[in-house]
Amino acid sequence: MSETYRLHVNGVDHEVADGWLGESLLYVLRERLGLYGSKGACEQGECGSCSVLVDGELVCACLVLAAGAVGRPIVTIEGIGAGGELTDVQRAFVDTGAVQCGFCTPGLIMATHRLLDRDPDPADIDIREALSGNICRCTGYGRIVEAVQRVAVARRGGAR
Amino acid sequence: MGLCTICQVAVLIPRSLHDALGALDGHPGALVLAGGTDLMVEVNEGHRRIEPDLTVVAVDRVPELRTWTLDRAAGTLRIGAGVSYAELEDEPLAELLPALAQAARTVGSPQIRNAATIGGNLATCSPAGDGLPVLSALGATVELASAAGTRTLPVDEFMLGVKRTALQPGELLTAVTVPLLQGWQGYAKVGVRNAMVIAIAGACVAVDGPSRSVRLALGSVAPTVVRAAEAEAYAAANVAWSGDPVDPAVATEFGRLAAEASRPIDDHRATAAYRRHAVEVLSRRLLTRAFA
Repeated sequence: MSETYRLHVNGVDHEVADGWLGESLLYVLRERLGLYGSKGACEQGECGSCSVLVDGELVCACLVLAAGAVGRPIVTIEGIGAGGELTDVQRAFVDTGAVQCGFCTPGLIMATHRLLDRDPDPADIDIREALSGNICRCTGYGRIVEAVQRVAVARRGGAR
Repeated sequence: MGLCTICQVAVLIPRSLHDALGALDGHPGALVLAGGTDLMVEVNEGHRRIEPDLTVVAVDRVPELRTWTLDRAAGTLRIGAGVSYAELEDEPLAELLPALAQAARTVGSPQIRNAATIGGNLATCSPAGDGLPVLSALGATVELASAAGTRTLPVDEFMLGVKRTALQPGELLTAVTVPLLQGWQGYAKVGVRNAMVIAIAGACVAVDGPSRSVRLALGSVAPTVVRAAEAEAYAAANVAWSGDPVDPAVATEFGRLAAEASRPIDDHRATAAYRRHAVEVLSRRLLTRAFA
């Protein structure tokens, strides 16, 4: 049994050494790889703060066994933009004031990217359903939904 | 080495069904990990003790488990155990099994449904598993494979109690085969909000026109799924098979018989009395929708 394994995170291979193989991907990202963007709150898949992409699918990193994710491409909030630039989704969250304490924001950004990649013109109900697994206790969601709509409109060339 | 050498775990990642069954044959006490949405919660919360030398067999990369096969001639859909709720709630599967799609849509959040599998729902066998009343009402059959061979069981015989199933050590739940009925089917559930909610009560009604049968399976109101046989027989004898709407009095009696078949408990989510009332209302509404 190997006590060292490799995870492919944000395009880079990371060696995970000295880990316990029962650790969640969230724990490994934060505590072993120093990627603190994904947040840990409920550790039971309820809050969405740890949302990441594994093999392109949006999942809760707290419910992924890290050692079981060997060989799968993982994208975290640190890897969603290119070269340290904010993505259009991140910019829209800032512009609309969809961020207050910021704890839920990385998860919401990941979920929004996944939604808009799949559905460039989501209705309000689609946005709310796509973000239903991401809990925000500050904003009341109004500005978050507005941010998503703003990106969708902008990506379509500004046509409403 | 390591922080926790004493509880070191081995994680096996088989890439074929053959290798998965071989892994379980070699480690009959292994934990099978599919989507992880049940198992990892138990691990994170410390409810599941990770014993020294435990083996985890992660089956999410076994391609045979991730496929589904439609057999129009036999009138069945065979769904691999690794098919996710996200796949079940979308076309083309949603059109084939609308009640299962409805149940799938009520499971957790998009994040959970991307990971969680129908096989995991069955193998965990929670009283509140949303897919389970649907599979029971539709008369599904599960396939259990081991290195020694494969056996099939009706889903009602597979589910034995609270998180107890007929799975034997070394066995893997590989698929569930669901008959395609000809008639209305639907799932309804009561919970505290629309997303991220464990059922307080759930019910599935499935109608089969050719056999003139009405099936009713209840979730979260007993140690495992309950088929309400009296309510089913009553409905079959009293609905208008000609296509007319169901008599409201018949729907009311159907709901009463459903509540009578339930065996709910009080817990932190709801009282037994509330659950009994909830399945009564859900069953009545479902029958009304089925024969509208």
